[in-house]
Amino acid sequence: MSLPTLDFSLILPELVVLITALLVLIADLLWPRAASRGREQAPAVLALAGLILAGLLTLLAGEWSGATLQGMLVADALARYLNLVVLLAAALGLLLSWSYLPHFSTQRSEYYALYLLAVAGMLFLGKSIELITLFVSLEILSIALYVLTGFHRGQLAGGEAALKYFLLGAFSSGFLLYGAALFYAATGATRLADIAAQNAGGFYMLAGLALFLVGLGFKLAVAPFHMWAPDAYQGAPTPVTAFMSVGTKAAALVALFRVVQAAGSVPVGVWATALAFLSLLTMTLGNLAALRQSSLKRMLAYSSIAHAGYLLVGVVAGTAAGFDAVLFYLFAYAFMNIGAFAIASLLERPGFYAVQDAGIHAADGLFGRRPWLAVAMAMFMLSLAGIPPLAGFFGKLYLFAAAVESGWAWLAVAGVLNSVISAYYYLRVVVGMFMAEPSASAHLRLPLPASATLAVALTALGTLLFGLLATPWFQGISR
Amino acid sequence: MVIPLSWYLILAAALFSIGFFGVLARRNAVAVLMGVELMLNAVNINLLAFWRAIHPAELTGQIFAIFVLTVAAAEAAVGLALIISIYRSRRTIQVDALDLMKG
Amino acid sequence: MLNYSWLILLFPAAGAVINAFWGRRLGRRGVAVVANLAVLAALIMALIMAAGVRSLPAAAHGRYELTLWQWIGVGDLQVDLALLIDPLSVVMALVVTGVGFIIHLYAATYMKLDDEHHPLDARRYARFFVYLNFFILMMLTLVLANNFLQLYVGWEGVGLASYLLIGFWFHKPSAAEAGKKAFIVNRIGDFGLALAIMWLFFLFGKSAGSLGFHDLFAQLETLSAQNSPALVGITLLLLLAATGKSAQIPLFVWLPDAMEGPSPVSALIHAATMVTAGVYMIARTHPLYEMTPASMTAVAWIGGLTALLAASIALVQTDLKRILAYSTISQLGYMFLGVGVGAYAAGIFHLTTHAFYKALLFLAAGSVMHALHGELNIDRMGGLRAKLPRTYAQFLIGAAALAGLPLLAGFWSKDEILYITYQKNMPLYIIGLFTAFLTAFYSFRAVFRAFHGAPRDHHLHDHAAEQPAGMTRPLWVLAAGALFAGLIGIPAAVGGLFGVEHSHLLEAWLHPVFANVQTPHLPAWWELGLLGASSLIALAGLGLAYARYVRQAGWALRLQRLFSPVQPLLEHKYWIDEIYMAAIVTPLRRLARFFYTFGDQTVIEGAVNGLGRVTAGAGVAVARLQSGVVGLYALSLLLGAVGLLGFFLLFG
Repeated sequence: MSLPTLDFSLILPELVVLITALLVLIADLLWPRAASRGREQAPAVLALAGLILAGLLTLLAGEWSGATLQGMLVADALARYLNLVVLLAAALGLLLSWSYLPHFSTQRSEYYALYLLAVAGMLFLGKSIELITLFVSLEILSIALYVLTGFHRGQLAGGEAALKYFLLGAFSSGFLLYGAALFYAATGATRLADIAAQNAGGFYMLAGLALFLVGLGFKLAVAPFHMWAPDAYQGAPTPVTAFMSVGTKAAALVALFRVVQAAGSVPVGVWATALAFLSLLTMTLGNLAALRQSSLKRMLAYSSIAHAGYLLVGVVAGTAAGFDAVLFYLFAYAFMNIGAFAIASLLERPGFYAVQDAGIHAADGLFGRRPWLAVAMAMFMLSLAGIPPLAGFFGKLYLFAAAVESGWAWLAVAGVLNSVISAYYYLRVVVGMFMAEPSASAHLRLPLPASATLAVALTALGTLLFGLLATPWFQGISR
Repeated sequence: MVIPLSWYLILAAALFSIGFFGVLARRNAVAVLMGVELMLNAVNINLLAFWRAIHPAELTGQIFAIFVLTVAAAEAAVGLALIISIYRSRRTIQVDALDLMKG
Repeated sequence: MLNYSWLILLFPAAGAVINAFWGRRLGRRGVAVVANLAVLAALIMALIMAAGVRSLPAAAHGRYELTLWQWIGVGDLQVDLALLIDPLSVVMALVVTGVGFIIHLYAATYMKLDDEHHPLDARRYARFFVYLNFFILMMLTLVLANNFLQLYVGWEGVGLASYLLIGFWFHKPSAAEAGKKAFIVNRIGDFGLALAIMWLFFLFGKSAGSLGFHDLFAQLETLSAQNSPALVGITLLLLLAATGKSAQIPLFVWLPDAMEGPSPVSALIHAATMVTAGVYMIARTHPLYEMTPASMTAVAWIGGLTALLAASIALVQTDLKRILAYSTISQLGYMFLGVGVGAYAAGIFHLTTHAFYKALLFLAAGSVMHALHGELNIDRMGGLRAKLPRTYAQFLIGAAALAGLPLLAGFWSKDEILYITYQKNMPLYIIGLFTAFLTAFYSFRAVFRAFHGAPRDHHLHDHAAEQPAGMTRPLWVLAAGALFAGLIGIPAAVGGLFGVEHSHLLEAWLHPVFANVQTPHLPAWWELGLLGASSLIALAGLGLAYARYVRQAGWALRLQRLFSPVQPLLEHKYWIDEIYMAAIVTPLRRLARFFYTFGDQTVIEGAVNGLGRVTAGAGVAVARLQSGVVGLYALSLLLGAVGLLGFFLLFG
């Protein structure tokens, strides 16, 4: 009997993140007991260093590809881009956490360790080409995020959000597993490649794919499996919301793409049509609900649901161009969405016991108080609304163009109409920032921690550059 | 006598349904959690039944079930911790009382 | 060397970025140096580009396109970020950077004080120059664009800069209000531009594969007939856009209010550069207009009528900057008249000379304003000639050029427009000539009221003092321009008198751009006769102003009394503001307010009336589903799962 070959070089970035998570946990013990400034910052510094190292390794890995760990994980172009999106989102979210976390918690190492575990789960999910691995990765990221969502224990909303997220998440895992079991029944395999090779049809495959989509749809916050998202996003600490709204979506989309490709025996018309309707439902519900929110954060949560709908359009298209558009949109989305959440977090009034959400009018008159912040926020809002020349516009352009090319014109039209609806609530924020008088509490100085400023600057730059350099980027992705 | 596959599948489906009925109908968070566990274990029965009846050559089904058990245990631990944390601040674990956020 | 042209955009961008991030640390001096160097470098680059265009091979038709990067590539459509460098865009770049540089120099001193004559703090000083450099960047993007989309970006960008700069003294309600007004009015025009671009794309985008000017114009050959309805629609939408940016009927109302901005802003944006963007755009898209004589006629009439209307309003204004604002609108009207009758080169010529003398007038007015601590009412001035000798000389040169006194800059360019109008459209020629008379009158009315006679407000007069050299010195450059810039466009008839061939340098320079446009010509003696008529008209206006305001001649006063019934009409600017307010602005504002408060009101209403109340609207229904209760969330998930399962099993 020969031992299986284990090629760890292909999962180096993931290993770096995992090891950093463990280091962050024990660093707290190793560091001198004196409560020095360095000790407080150490976990964040370490975590950021780990993320950057993982990102560099991903970039250096370049064109390497191949399956490893007995065909459970694969390092391919898709996984590489996913790595970059997730690590980018994680690094930006971490910069936000840096100044945000001390407002409500002293358990830094636990926070950052969980954060890194969630990142590792997402990275593994993107590389999974086997059902057990896929399930375990999904659970690693989910369990870490359940805890992070409720990390602010002094705040009632945080615990509530975490419990809702957890119960529904576990509930949806049941469906996903049932689907996996049916795949297994139909093909006797758990590797996606084997499942595809079997080319089995029939009841088991159909039902299996349907139930699997329920589980992944939940992680993506696709309607009608989205109900947890507004509450979890609102209740979670804002940096966590920012990170998970992008990272989870990205990883789950890659998994979704791999699974629908593997289930080749299910007619394309069936799953694509189903996803198209889910996409339509998701963007419409998200945008309509966002229209009447009074909390900026909750509005962004609904906007995030609507964006899950736009992203599905690329999967529905089913072509390479479609998924390239998804990857491009994910980058754009990482910048503009995290940027928007970053500013929402700066507008909150933090206290040790409670963090008050920024209301929809918290940004009113921001231009007079912090002009650059207002300009950045305006960029995020306009980009989310899909207005040129910003990143979001090109993202939607590529997504909808891919949909039209593969015969989903009605979905593209629905997407455009939805963008028009969404412009209303995004522009309302912009109008408020530039035209309205500051709200009553706004006479307080708006503190600008360096790390959060850096995050805003980076996201603003990304939103702009991804717009201006859209074509070269897109070509880079499609290659 | 060999028990046919369909019996196992019906049992699993029934357990799964009982599980999600528990999630939908029970108000106590612990009971909801139990419902979820029931659903996961129903899937385990499925996996083992499929392995035994259709694909006995490889151990994949069994291994899958073991992974599911492990993950379910981890989930339960986190879930109970969350429930305790909520109980400390709210003095209740009725899930329908948790509606600070809506709309 | 033209492949380094992108530097012209880099310099102002770098200036804006440096001052935005390190402006406070640089201090006011550092900020001014950075901003000025940025524009100076751009000016040098523009000169290098001019030399580059000259040395292009004949086969290039004086056109060089520099693709910086491929911007959008979707399906058949390709839009690049690319510079179109040809004689027209180079002239515009030279005007923008040249006049812009002098205005930057002036502003370095001027902006040391705020609107209440307290020192302006370094942060806001830096912000002002960030806006100013950003404006230059956007204006260059606009004039150097090789396609409609990039033009649109620049168009919106200068609008944004203008909005920020008009409202720079934002604590002044009138300034904030003016900024908003400019913003809203311009949106109407921009809407026209956006629609026109989309229409063009639908019409030719597929076949041209891009939105580039020359790619699209090449498709025009597929249209056989003139005045095709689609093209008329497009050109009229472009005209709407141009009337917004260039302050023409019906969208001119924002410009006079825009004078709330600091004087250098008025000079840079609202006289010399941004407002000419409409004229530039029509000249740039002239192949479209050549195909649609109907739209050309509309352009010409809008220009002519605007020139007359604004000049008549300027007759009775008492605020120095407002007089200049209306004169700007009026002069822009001439430019529209020029491009409307097909005299594109003449329109651009007038644009160039106007940039010099109008910037000079605005900056001189700014000096007066500073000297009088913010006073701009000419009724309270008088006799400033002795107190502000340099400013007086500068203002006088500017006013003479504006009035079109013979041999000065404005004379040559305005007359060329009138000369071609004479051949194309007699009624408009008469309107133009009459407007020239009004122009000369109100220009010298301002000079005489402000600088001549006895001081009417001794307190103001006694405290007036000449401005520092940092402000007066740059103006001499503009004054030189106002005196001599006309020499680049001496008509052939005059050149012929002195035996100079090709005396109209600008026309020769622009010839590659407008090569296929035929300009009619009359015999030289006829042209000289028309020149003489214009000279007499200008001198008559000057004479009347002299008689009325200096000599106080009885006949002139009687003449004024004769026209007194129309005075209220003019003073109230034909009540156009009021009409717009009632017919357009108020409904629009209500609409905006409706949009802005709709959400709040529904939220408040919902809270007041309780959740039980059934409120209409899909958003409400969706949000109500989100009840906050986990069991219902799970039910939704379950129903979704059952639905999905059913769909798969039914159709699979």
